Order: sequence, then C-alpha cells, then structure tokens
Amino acid sequence: MATCLLPGMTDLSISSLMQTEEGRRVMSCLQCGVCVGACPYGDVMDYPPRRIIAMLRAGMVEKVFLSDSLLACVACYTCMYKCPRDIRLTDTILPLAKEQVLVHQPDLPAELQRALQNTLRYGNPMGESSRKRAAWVKTCPVPVRIFAEDPRPADVLWFVECYTSYYPRGQDCSRATARLFHALGIDFAILGNEEKCAGECGRLTWEPGLYETLMDYNMAVFGKYQFRRVVTSCPHAHNAFLNRYRSLGFRWELHHVAPFLALHLDSLKRLLTRKLNYRVTYHDSCCLGRQNEFFDQPRALLDAIPGIRRVEMTHNRGNSICCGGGGGGMWLDTYYKSKGYERLSERRVKEALATGADVLAISCPYEVSRFEDALKVLGADKRMIVRDVTELLVESLGD
Amino acid sequence: MNVLVILKMVPDVVEELEVAENGAALDVEAARMMLSESDDHALEEALLLKERLGGKVTVVALDAPDVDEALYTALAKGADRVVKIEGLDQPLTTSLAAAAVCEVLRTQPDLLPADLILTGAQAIDDLDGLMAPLVAHHLRLPYLGVITGVAADEAAKFATVVKEYSGGVRGEFEVPLPAVLGVQSAERPPRYVPVAKIRAVMKTGRIETAAAPVMADGGLALTEVLALNKPEEAGGAEILSGAPEEAAGKLCGVLAERGVL
Repeated sequence: MATCLLPGMTDLSISSLMQTEEGRRVMSCLQCGVCVGACPYGDVMDYPPRRIIAMLRAGMVEKVFLSDSLLACVACYTCMYKCPRDIRLTDTILPLAKEQVLVHQPDLPAELQRALQNTLRYGNPMGESSRKRAAWVKTCPVPVRIFAEDPRPADVLWFVECYTSYYPRGQDCSRATARLFHALGIDFAILGNEEKCAGECGRLTWEPGLYETLMDYNMAVFGKYQFRRVVTSCPHAHNAFLNRYRSLGFRWELHHVAPFLALHLDSLKRLLTRKLNYRVTYHDSCCLGRQNEFFDQPRALLDAIPGIRRVEMTHNRGNSICCGGGGGGMWLDTYYKSKGYERLSERRVKEALATGADVLAISCPYEVSRFEDALKVLGADKRMIVRDVTELLVESLGD
Repeated sequence: MNVLVILKMVPDVVEELEVAENGAALDVEAARMMLSESDDHALEEALLLKERLGGKVTVVALDAPDVDEALYTALAKGADRVVKIEGLDQPLTTSLAAAAVCEVLRTQPDLLPADLILTGAQAIDDLDGLMAPLVAHHLRLPYLGVITGVAADEAAKFATVVKEYSGGVRGEFEVPLPAVLGVQSAERPPRYVPVAKIRAVMKTGRIETAAAPVMADGGLALTEVLALNKPEEAGGAEILSGAPEEAAGKLCGVLAERGVL
C-alpha cells in the first residue's frame, strides 16, 4: 500500500512526483532563494531546497542523494511556508529526496538508526517497552479510561503519543491534560498499550515504510473502538492524522489538545482561579503553527490564566524558529554537534531569554526536553523554566 | 567466499522476564524475542565479506517467535538464502541448539561446505559463548572467538581475523578455511534497512524450512536447570524524600554519619 503517495504518483520516486501537478509546481520554482534564507540550517546545507530543485532540473539530483546535506533538514515547514510559488517542499520533494539519502548513506547516524529501529519494534523511538506505554496512568491523579479494559464508546479518543507516555516531563503534560479533561467533564479514553507512534517523523524523516507500517497498525486499532473525536497531545501526530491517515479512511473529527481546549475557553476561564505571577513567552511549534496555523489558540489559553503577562519572541507565529526536533532532528543532536552546527533549541532559547520571560510555554512534547536541555547547556535553567500550556492551566486551576 | 551465518532469537530484556510455572525455565509465552545482538554483528560481517569478495551469504536459524521477521530482515539486508529449522521445543540449551543446527547442516543438501561459519560470540542466554566452539567441535573445524574483523583471500584458503582481548589488546590470527568464528562485533555497526524494503521482501522473499533432526535421548543434555528465580528485592536502599534542599540535607547527614564527609 503506497499511502505516502500524492494523487497521480505511481511510486515513491521523484520522477513519479514530477508527473503530478505538485511536480509541475516544483519545476516552476523561481530560484529566488527565500527557502534557503528562511531555513534554520540553510547556511550549513550543501543542498538546500532551491539547489535541490536546480540539481533536479539539471539532471544531477543523484549528487544530492550521495551527500549527507539533507540530514540537516528538520522538517520545520519554513521553506514551504515562505515559498512564493506555494511549492509544498516539506511535504513532497524533501521527504522523497531524504529517503534516497537514507538508501545511499553508507552509515546512518547511530542515534537516528536506533530511533527508527525502536519505533518499528516498540512503537516509540526511545526503545521503551510497548507493554508499559500506559504505565503513567497509575501516577495520574484522575482516572484515565483505557479502551482495552473498558471498551464502552467514548466521545474523545485521546491519542497520547510517545514522549507524553514515557518521558517523565512529558508524563507531567499527560497528567495535566487528563486533569483538564476531567475538569471540563469530557468523556475520553486512551488506547493504552495498544497505541503506537503515529509515525509522522518516519515520513518526514526518511522512512515511508516505517510510516506505513505504523499507519496500518494504528488504523486497525482505531477500528476496534467507538469514538467521535480524536484529540492528540502531539502536533506531529495531529499532522499525520490530518494529512496522511485520511487516505486510509481516518474520518474522525481531529484536534490537538491546545486548540481543543481553546474551544472550551469559556468553561476553562471559570475554573482558572489561581493567579500565576509569570512572565511567559510562547513558542509556536512547527506542526501546530506554520503547518496548521494554530497561532492564536495557545495564546488565548495563556491569556486566560490570571496574572500571566505574555511577551513575544522576535521570531514568532509563522516566523518561529524550530526547536530542532522535527524531521529526525530529535535523534541527530550528536551528529549536528560533530558537524559544528548550532543546536536550534539553543538558538531558540536565547531568543526566549532575551524577552525577559521566566516561563517558556510550549505545546509540543518534543520541546520540553529540547528546551530544558538547552537552558541547562546555556547555564540559564535558573532564569527560565519550560512549561506545557496544559501544565500552566492546571497550575491555575482552583482546588 | 560463501559464508554461513547462524542466528538465534533471545528474550528481549526491554520487556519484563517471567519464570515459567515449572520454576525452572523462562516463560517463553510472556517473553518477547529478538535477534541476538552479536548474531546481528555476525550477519553484518558476513555481508561485508560478500561485498568485498563476492560469494553468497546463507542464514540458518532455529524456529522461535518472531524469527521470520529477523530472517526477512536478513534477506532485505542482502543475505541470499535463509533457512529456518522447525520442530524443536523452545527453549533449548546451547549444547542442544548447536547439536541440532550441526545435524541439519550435515544432512540438508547444499548448506555445506561453507568457507566460513559465523555466529555471535555470546548471547544473553549464552554468556559463556559456547555456540560457536560447539559448532566447530561438531563439524571438526577450527574455531576462533571474540572476533572483531575478518579478511580473507579470494581463493578462500585462509582468513586473517582480529580477536579482541581485555584491556584493549588485539591479536591477529591466520586461520585455514573452512572455519567457525564467534563474532563479537562487526567492523561497522549492523546496517539499517528501510522498512519498505523489508515489507517488499516479505511479499517476494522465501524462507526455506528444514525439519529438526530427531535427537537421540532428547540430545546430549549435559546440564539441567534446577530452578530459576527473579532477583529478590534487597532492603538495603534508603530513598531520601522531600524537596531537593531537604533531600540534599538528609544526604549530607547520611554521608557525615558514615564518615564520608
């Protein structure tokens, strides 16, 4: 099953892409170079998007495949967002080119290889036991229904995702989300140990085969239960469901937690009674922001918290700088360091610190570890803390 | 250079291990199996030899849960032929596994001769690393273990192998072929194979099967497992609770009390 294909494509190759309308759009590239200037790693890439297209036109694209240049692509959607020709670079030509890089690279960076193998075997990139995916539920202060234990229909299937299931600070976010769902009276259940990574980074990284395996698996599990809506904690999963799972019959109403909670803003406001004396700056995640333009909803949630003063970073909303975790970057930090690249999470945290804020608010599970690590590396972890929007909301809940 | 690789599945220790009801074996039903890590390195070394010298790589494995996945992956990586030995109850001791594999190698046409037989130097259920030397013993072939590199001449008369010793010491040996080598690690990490390629091989590739030999008296069972137990929780650890400052204060108190500070 070739579910990563665009309409008109016969196989997962660039030549097949070129036969489609999107392929013709790629060839209409103006070579203006906006994509390179906007790319957070455009200065270190041998083959940024503009050059890849130029090489393609010159019949020399094989050279791109033999270079490790595309390992620096963090799939942040900036090139695509800025392209005056509306070429869907991050969704089309870049993943196809990256896949060829994977095939041609003699040695894949060990961290990335391990993450991809773990995702296939355990359903999560960390290599944690798939049988312990729902273990965090036992530490949750409110009940969390697991479909396998209680298969009654639910209004919301909450697709928790990997870092929010396993990574301790991610679990903080999950406990906060569960508390908010309870406070709002939402009828929800999770897949528990039956859930596996939605696989978005597989497609945007190098691995359409891994992505399709995970899509087939998760769709089969979805089919076992009855629910009306899917709400996920991970913008990457949201992206996957919205753009690719549809081809397998994903028809449920879909939300990411932050915009979903924003739909309940009036009810939430009544519950947010504790004043938080924080100066907060919000980081727009790539998938939630640039890709789906949920810029206002997380800010509206923060503005609903009494006492919070919100400030913006220089790069915000569509201009936000990627945390460096997308497109496989989450598992390439050692590689980037070996190349002498600046870690994007550190670049971003420097901007956040410059605002004078004491809280960096986020809404993507990748960002907790990336920004907390970056603050430690910069020696600034006493000046600023990282909090998911849900954590700040819970902190403001009355007793 | 024709290389035969012996693979085996071992319990995945990422998952909890359980003792079977008889109290003397691992609960295989509860365990999740995965390819033994050093066997994966043996396969990689075989594929590197094929790339350098040509020839074929044949993989042989005893049947076990999820072994098909490991065998299809081997095909996707570049193995030419994979053979699964069916009909033996799991789990086997290493001596029984070695005897069964060698019996199949001897009786199944066209598996032997091979210029080299590679397998992992160790496995988590074979810490003594007996598999390779036992195979060499059964087949009356020379053996070298804890290997980290193999070079061979094109005529496949001799191989030069690097053997690792403790303290970072390495030895280089020349061994006449055919020979059996226990591979500690390949010259490069086992390669990544895209999942799409594995999925394609699952549709087009073929796992050959061979019937397990009838082992007289259940094989030569040299040892018997009397009991298997999970580690008992010891009461020696004291968890210091409280806020970081409070816990740090308690820790300093403990260290001072023990004379460390």
